[in-house]
Amino acid sequence: MPETENGKRELSYVLAVKEAAAAILNEEPDAFIAGEDVAGAGSVFGIYRGLLDEFGPDRIVNTPISEEGVIGLGVGAAAAGLRPIVDIMFMDFLGECMDEVTNQMAKMRYMFGGRATLPITITTMCGARNSMAAQHSQCLESWICHIPGLKVVMPSTPYDAKGLLIAASRDDNPVFVVMNKASLALTSEVPEEPYAIPIGEANIVRPGTDFTIISYSRMVHESVSAAETLAEQGIDTEVIDLRSLQPLDVDTLVASVEKTHNAMVVHEAVRFGGMGGEIAAQVQELAFDYLDAPVGRVGAPFSPVPFSPSLEQSFVPNADKIVASATELLGL
Amino acid sequence: MTTQPTDEVLLDIHRRMVRIRHFENEAGRMAENGFIPGALHLYVGEEAVAVGVMAHLTDEDQITSTHRGHGHLIAKGGEFDRMFAELFGRVDGYCKGKGGSMHVSNLEIGMLGANGIVGGGPPIAMGAGFANKYKKNGNVAATFFGDGASNEGAFHEAANMAALYKLPVLFVCENNGFGEYTPQRDHQAITDVADRAPGYGMPGVVVDGMDVMAVYEAAGAAVERARQGDGPTLLECKTYRFYDHVGRRGMGRTYRTDEELAEWMKRDPIEMFEARLAEQGVLSADAAKEVHEEIARDVEAAVEFAKASPMPDPDALLDDVYA
Repeated sequence: MPETENGKRELSYVLAVKEAAAAILNEEPDAFIAGEDVAGAGSVFGIYRGLLDEFGPDRIVNTPISEEGVIGLGVGAAAAGLRPIVDIMFMDFLGECMDEVTNQMAKMRYMFGGRATLPITITTMCGARNSMAAQHSQCLESWICHIPGLKVVMPSTPYDAKGLLIAASRDDNPVFVVMNKASLALTSEVPEEPYAIPIGEANIVRPGTDFTIISYSRMVHESVSAAETLAEQGIDTEVIDLRSLQPLDVDTLVASVEKTHNAMVVHEAVRFGGMGGEIAAQVQELAFDYLDAPVGRVGAPFSPVPFSPSLEQSFVPNADKIVASATELLGL
Repeated sequence: MTTQPTDEVLLDIHRRMVRIRHFENEAGRMAENGFIPGALHLYVGEEAVAVGVMAHLTDEDQITSTHRGHGHLIAKGGEFDRMFAELFGRVDGYCKGKGGSMHVSNLEIGMLGANGIVGGGPPIAMGAGFANKYKKNGNVAATFFGDGASNEGAFHEAANMAALYKLPVLFVCENNGFGEYTPQRDHQAITDVADRAPGYGMPGVVVDGMDVMAVYEAAGAAVERARQGDGPTLLECKTYRFYDHVGRRGMGRTYRTDEELAEWMKRDPIEMFEARLAEQGVLSADAAKEVHEEIARDVEAAVEFAKASPMPDPDALLDDVYA
């Protein structure tokens, strides 16, 4: 394993996910992984590669291309006492299984008066990258964050991916772990032992005093990069990685805004109807008196994700666009 | 394959069917009297299907049900008082008043819920069957669904996967001839839903769903096959709902004729079974009448229980959204 200068181990996002999955399967005999091409191929993204050899076909289960069946497999197996991890290859494919997600998985506990427990983890991949075009690139987290009964985490780093996947598997609720395909090659320090990152707690990745950027997933890195540029202009920017969108750690956001008096939400999802609107509204409701300006929002334009590399690049928000929006918001 | 049922089993089958009939008739009345809010889908006429299958299942076996789910829960061992309380939206209901008729359930006896989504059940039963195979516990998951649901993608995905993995699942199609108000001939080009079974790699069997012993025998073979690890079966039961899609009568729909209904009612599954039991000397007409009277009293007591049960406290609104 590669090591950093101070002797700590670095791991790629892909390997961090695999390590988390192996840890879960080792600690929980009722856990299994099911999805399209999770066995031999180890998922098309390689996040489960090698687990078939280690855990066998009873626990690493290839499924047909049947997303509604895959989620149904998870719901039924969980209702019958197992702790499934099911994989939906691309988040765009949620369209194939939204009844199982929305009407069955999310609601079973509530509509049965609390008598059902559904400890399901759903791993899936979002994000525009490598010209995968309109049906393999979307960030659809708003769909699932809107449904009571579901939890949603979106890890930005290998460290977070391992800790949040383990936390999701130990949670007694359905938890979506949404990864961004553009982040899979990232590396970061990842401890070898299993650890859980609490779901519902944001992470201040860059402390600052003048301005707050609230982000998650891939856009955390663009936001940090933007913060460096803003620092050169004398703006000390705090970057908060939400980690968890549902539940949302609004306390950390409010505490930051009370200090900085200005905030902006940055996400890759289409801006209209995106999580930025909800987050901005909550911050404004709770910290109105501290704000010098309305909470800003950066997101993708209202368009399907385009194919051509030049168009894809102009679709996805980046550090330059964040800096431009921040500069405008701050009246610089 | 199936051994001749004992008198005890026959009497149990009879009792379960009568329990469904009386519960449903009273539920229809209670809805008309304003005690049951929301939609109410009654199972009267289809009792032989639920009971013929459930007679082979234990509390550890799972079932998924439909929007017309009371009969399945009763056949699985559901209690009248908790069920009426649920239908009334009361705190003592199986779901604490959070589910109602379309979501009534009792996981403790393997009933994984009535389901308001047509075709919602088969994928869940397939998943429960997967869990049974994973745990090697010998349990079976049965999913009840209608001819209408057999057109839903969810059914096809579940059937394919159950057959692929050889899961201990029983697909029970309650073909009552209608998807809501649309006759079968107008919603699918086939007459027998069981014809689809070979397409998934599982056997398909058609039985008279008004004849509880026909259902019992076919279900017995299918359950045995599932328990042996030989995979799922699609069991199609031809049946008929004596009441309307929603409630008892009076919806004013003209989607079926009085003559057609009368023809099917001549083959009332309970009356036919009682005639058979009398003929076999298992249960006399008088004894059958006593069963009806006893169960009618149970229904009456359960309704009183439900009426006395409080509505849920508004503070309970947000309970159990999450574990």
